[in-house]
Amino acid sequence: MRAFTYERAGDADAALRGIGRPGAKFIAGGTNLLDLMKVDVETPAHLVDISRLPLGEIADTSDGGLRIGATASNSDLAADGRVRARYPMLSRALLNGASGQLRNQATTAGNLLQRTRCFYFYDTSKPCNKRSPGSGCSALQGFNRIHAILGASDACIAVHPSDMAVAMAALDAAVELRAPDGATRSLKMADFYRLPGTTPQLETNLRPGELITAVLLPPPPAGTQVYRKVRDRASYAFALVSVAALVDLDEQKVRHARIALGGVAHRPWRAVEAERQLVGADATPDTFAAAGEAAVGGARGYGHNDFKIALAARTVARALAEATAQKKG
Amino acid sequence: MTDHHVTRRGILGAGVALTALQGPAAIAGSPTPAGAPEPQGATMPVGVTVNGERHELTLDPRVTLLDMLRDHLGLTGTKKGCDHGQCGACTVLVDGVRRNSCLNLAVACEGREIVTIEGLGHEQALHPMQAAFVKHDGFQCGYCTPGQICSAVGMLAEIRNGQPSAVTANLTATAMPLAEEEIRERMSGNICRCAAYPNIVAAILEASGMEAG
Repeated sequence: MRAFTYERAGDADAALRGIGRPGAKFIAGGTNLLDLMKVDVETPAHLVDISRLPLGEIADTSDGGLRIGATASNSDLAADGRVRARYPMLSRALLNGASGQLRNQATTAGNLLQRTRCFYFYDTSKPCNKRSPGSGCSALQGFNRIHAILGASDACIAVHPSDMAVAMAALDAAVELRAPDGATRSLKMADFYRLPGTTPQLETNLRPGELITAVLLPPPPAGTQVYRKVRDRASYAFALVSVAALVDLDEQKVRHARIALGGVAHRPWRAVEAERQLVGADATPDTFAAAGEAAVGGARGYGHNDFKIALAARTVARALAEATAQKKG
Repeated sequence: MTDHHVTRRGILGAGVALTALQGPAAIAGSPTPAGAPEPQGATMPVGVTVNGERHELTLDPRVTLLDMLRDHLGLTGTKKGCDHGQCGACTVLVDGVRRNSCLNLAVACEGREIVTIEGLGHEQALHPMQAAFVKHDGFQCGYCTPGQICSAVGMLAEIRNGQPSAVTANLTATAMPLAEEEIRERMSGNICRCAAYPNIVAAILEASGMEAG
């Protein structure tokens, strides 16, 4: 690990001053950052510890939504009674991610900002455009079973590993930000993450020095929520494919649906076209299968991960059927 | 007598010293000049309570909680497995909550209360979880065991707090079920490569009853 200096920020202003130092990074739980520092993929010169800032509160908002403080732990968020009752897909997504120990430590903002990554990103002996822009992508011709099928580029086919962010994308969450000059703004999840394009080293649209202060959830949309994750072992594994789905039924017809996928792209992937097709359609297996196909429209495999295209389509169909069954049940 | 007491750790330590002497020649081709130490970050004071005892240390900020426990405090019960948060061998309790000590910077633990396997119990007075692991033979090589036991103690506290898991059927229930399926899911962050899992689960189930009683 490269040498660095460390400061524990007393308040947000101090944190925003500290981040102005050359090579500075925020650290909260550190479960991804410290891991990457150990292999010299992340090499901050200065760490600003924001874990003790008073940003951990989960509070009701006046519009009936929820404001999740940036440093609320994944465990606390998953166990929050309001999240369990009103945003069950978020609770389920969190509980399906990582391990108990990691969820206790990882924060909401840190989960959002964990790196989109693959094993070539970790392997400093191999080219990786995300780690060393312009060096090439080892995964394109390499072992790419876990890689992206949607929205990738020849520069990078890594996937964002978060479960939490997939549910937040489906719930139309927004990320609240504070800049070093004190200016605040919020970015909708749809605008928060980037596709790799020719700049895979950039994963979000955060501006330099911006601090995530909270995630805002709008009031829960009507309908039944599910989170379904497919992985190589039953627990503590990244998703091959995951789906956060919501179905709102009017008798036997779909009034409204939300679908977001994880494990398939450089960012949580909202299946907008599939959602559109579902509106007004009969809630039948055929409808859900068609929605699954629509969700993987334009998908491309890279060899080892070809299976993900059919897997993603079927997982979407299954999640929609599950949401419908729960509603009827 | 203790002067002549030969330990496995003492022999390993001597081996490391010899390796270090041979080091410069072996890494002569590396970008860092042979023998030149990496630039040091400024050391920092850190005060932590470990197993009820207060410690004031001065540490390089790169030192993890795991390395602080093992290398600076000599508490070698906590094990280094993967050093990347994947195996759970380094699990300790931080302010009562289980964490991977390998993924915590020691300087970030200022003021925290740490409990390691050494703080849970001792030979004459085992913690109920330790006793249950012995009774059910919840290990084979034993390397993952301190982490398994600390994790299990933290995990039962999470169940008592009503925290759900990925396999909890009713997300809005307040009392969490204590079943084999729940324990397996909640303990998935602790890998046992000897695969003593059935006995580990049995031990935890028994210890949970002992705690309740």
